[in-house]
Amino acid sequence: MNGRASGKLMLIFRRDCALLLGGARGRGGAMLPLLFFLAVAMLYPFGVGPDARLLARTGAGVIWVAALLAAILPLDRLVEPDVESGFFDQWALRGLAEEAVMLVRIAAHWLCFGVPLMLATPIAATLLALDSGQLARLELGLLAGTPGLAAIGVMIAALTAGLRGGAALGGLLLIPLAVPLLIFGAGSLQPGGEAGLALLAAASLAACAIAPFAAGAAIRAARE
Amino acid sequence: MQPCRLVADDLACRRGDRLLVRGVGFALGPGQALHLAGPNGIGKSTLLRVLAGLMRPYAGTVTATGAIALSDERLPLDAHRPLGAALGFWRRLDGPTGAAHDFGLDDLADVPVRYLSTGQRKRAALACLAGSGAAIWLLDEPLNGLDTHWTGVVSHVIEAHRAAGGIAVIASHLPLALADLGVMAMAAHVPEGAD
Repeated sequence: MNGRASGKLMLIFRRDCALLLGGARGRGGAMLPLLFFLAVAMLYPFGVGPDARLLARTGAGVIWVAALLAAILPLDRLVEPDVESGFFDQWALRGLAEEAVMLVRIAAHWLCFGVPLMLATPIAATLLALDSGQLARLELGLLAGTPGLAAIGVMIAALTAGLRGGAALGGLLLIPLAVPLLIFGAGSLQPGGEAGLALLAAASLAACAIAPFAAGAAIRAARE
Repeated sequence: MQPCRLVADDLACRRGDRLLVRGVGFALGPGQALHLAGPNGIGKSTLLRVLAGLMRPYAGTVTATGAIALSDERLPLDAHRPLGAALGFWRRLDGPTGAAHDFGLDDLADVPVRYLSTGQRKRAALACLAGSGAAIWLLDEPLNGLDTHWTGVVSHVIEAHRAAGGIAVIASHLPLALADLGVMAMAAHVPEGAD
């Protein structure tokens, strides 16, 4: 890829980040999934009671489930608005590959979704009475797993862009695809869970490797 | 401007299961323009998307030398941003292109894109197209929503683009006041038996 194209992709990355982070001005912003994530962590002790031992044993798994469900919220504004207003067509006419544009979008989505989630996790961990060792394992797992979650999110958003009821369908599609991340993520929390962490990173990497191509192909197919 | 060329050879275009047009062929060189004429729904926009390379032709080939810009009914600008900033994204992406055309948008720089009127949106879309620096312009109904003054300005901009060695393909159900304009009646290419 030549320097001119990477300069254009950098501009697109900055625009993606501004749009995905932006609040009411943009497309809902990064706050909504974050608040949802924290709300789950806050509600769970109300549901199961204040027993600190029970919370500490189950809390980290709840955080993983909350992260997975929070990933559903931004799906409908990840790709669809830019298909509707013709941005993807304009980028294609300027010789930028759909795959490259999608890779950029995955990176921007991770930055605006995965990183805030990791920053909010200490708060959620406090609410769920997790100790510092559990928190460290959880953060490490989220660092490995959220890129995969972001990649799957962008891929599904591209596949469902333009479909009627695409948002609801996207949520249903994300859950089975994200299950490996949840299983390995939860597995990495057990004592001696290094193997789980390695598998989590592998599943996440595989998602990141496949998603730009699947999403790019989806955008091209939607033009026909 | 680089020497440009746009050749369509025995093109057929399909939308869904429907064959819209077939047997479309033309060759355009620097300074030439073609008007795709015909009523709504005959396949003008689909043909433009095929020429742009965004859709595959059902049959035939398109050969283009030179960059292509397409302006269709969609406005590739962020609706919530002020017009100036939204246009600035494309200006930075496309880099300096030399030819600057005045579409009277300077006064609207602070207005969010979603508050623009139909005619203003069209002018903004044409400003994106003209700013792209592409040699081949594909315009889908460029005069929609424009008053007489801006219709004249747009015709003038297209003429200036041709004078600089560019190509323009214009899909419009309206007659166009352009000099030495090739006109292709789409109706002649609708397959028999189609409604």
